[in-house]
Amino acid sequence: MKKISALAGVVIKELYRRKDFYVLFVLTALLTFAAGAVNFFQDEKIIRYVKDVCLLLIWISSLVIAIVTTARQIPAEREARTIFPLLAKPVARGQVIAGKFLGCWLAAGIALVVFYFFFAVIASSREHTWPVAMYFQAAWMQWCLLAIVIALVLLGSIYFAAPSSTSTISFIIVAGIMLVGGHLNTIALSQPEPMQSVLAGVYYFIPHLEWYYLSDFVVYNMGCVPWIKVFGATLYAAAWTGIFLTLAWLGFRRKNLTT
Amino acid sequence: MKISPPLTLAALLALAFTLAVGLAPEAAGWSQRGKSGNVFGMMFGDGRKLFANQFFTLADVYFHSGYYPSVFDKNSDEQKEIISHARGKKESEEDEKNEDFLGKPKDWIDAFGRNFKITKHTHLEHGTEREILPWLRLAADLDPQKVETYTVGAFFLREHLNRPDQAEAFLREGLRNNPDSCEILFELGRVYHDSNHDLDRARNVWELAVRKFLALQPTEQKESKLIFEEIVVNLARLEDEAGNYEQAVNWFHAAQKVSPVPGALQAQIDAIQKKIPSRQP
Repeated sequence: MKKISALAGVVIKELYRRKDFYVLFVLTALLTFAAGAVNFFQDEKIIRYVKDVCLLLIWISSLVIAIVTTARQIPAEREARTIFPLLAKPVARGQVIAGKFLGCWLAAGIALVVFYFFFAVIASSREHTWPVAMYFQAAWMQWCLLAIVIALVLLGSIYFAAPSSTSTISFIIVAGIMLVGGHLNTIALSQPEPMQSVLAGVYYFIPHLEWYYLSDFVVYNMGCVPWIKVFGATLYAAAWTGIFLTLAWLGFRRKNLTT
Repeated sequence: MKISPPLTLAALLALAFTLAVGLAPEAAGWSQRGKSGNVFGMMFGDGRKLFANQFFTLADVYFHSGYYPSVFDKNSDEQKEIISHARGKKESEEDEKNEDFLGKPKDWIDAFGRNFKITKHTHLEHGTEREILPWLRLAADLDPQKVETYTVGAFFLREHLNRPDQAEAFLREGLRNNPDSCEILFELGRVYHDSNHDLDRARNVWELAVRKFLALQPTEQKESKLIFEEIVVNLARLEDEAGNYEQAVNWFHAAQKVSPVPGALQAQIDAIQKKIPSRQP
């Protein structure tokens, strides 16, 4: 575990040394302030659109941080040839994968804490309430989703040649699942065979990332989701993360790193 | 020959400047975008209307606090409820049933996933209706010719947020962009009548709306029959309120010609006609 946490520590240091997070945070803050500064019909109490814009930016920023940071981990180590001294130490390839995953996931978590704290300050400045449980649930679910995404990207980075292709494909997969993943069963019903069976199969065999989007509950002040359901979703995320990490480990174990 | 970089740069700058001066007057005529009155028109051209519809839909989504059908659900192409709400339509139990677009869960994934979606049909109330206003404002900026944006926005400002001054300003803006719209004139009349209790201005505006309706093409008149009925019925009630009973009866008769249920208006005509002889000595 020490080796894994040491590897994770390096990834976290990379997050605050690189400029990605700062740029995205400043951009999020600027756009949120700009949205909040607009006066509609001289009504000072309007807030939901600001929350909506801010949460959307948080989602985009956290996905960019998670995907871009993860996609370059293994390829960068290979390109700089630092992977060889790393593997020359008593570190198994599985531990490298676990360390990289943990580092990226914790780094994304740190970024989420900062983003959600900023969001809470902005929202409470007009609503004068702190629905901490609701914010915690939304952030937790988003972090669970990022665990699946990071594991998926790590798997992609083993098989795809360049970080750019891994990032692009990962963005397309994540956006595709978020937008249509939950509707594939409905779409399947209107299709002829064999498309119907194919779509139904895809529906059951994809990680349902759309469950983890709780922004609507926060924007419309709809209260908390039952905690037992959040626990269920957390287990589901853990299962999918495990699947992707195992596949990544299997791929990395057989990977020829010299070519 | 040796080319000097500063001289080349100076020559290219001079060329660019000369071309800009020469072509600028002509270039202004190449696109209609530059002539647009607002910044969105300049940025998006006619494509802004797509965004305007999206923002108008978003206002309806907000009105339902996120409980809204996606393009994959049934009822996705139904009329926006903010429009029917603004037209004074009360929701029946049948309507409530129809709006249950989710139906029964199709499988365990769907059933479990519903815990993380808003599945309760609610409407904004107690002043929270203000939250739809930013999207209506943006929709109006993007497509100033979309009449519903002004009428719906003004309805919520007037009826739910008690801001008749803002409603009037928004409708005036709509009227500047759509000078022949009887819908906007009708809503403006409601601001004067219902909120400001200014019968004379309400009458003037509604009578202008009637004239605008009569100036429409027959096909357009057919499409706007419903709004015409609303205008003349409101005019009839206004005249009844003002004590001009004969004029009120005339307006009700005009309404009967376009109403799908003329019999229902007859009772109101009868009630007013009873008042006419009682005023005579």
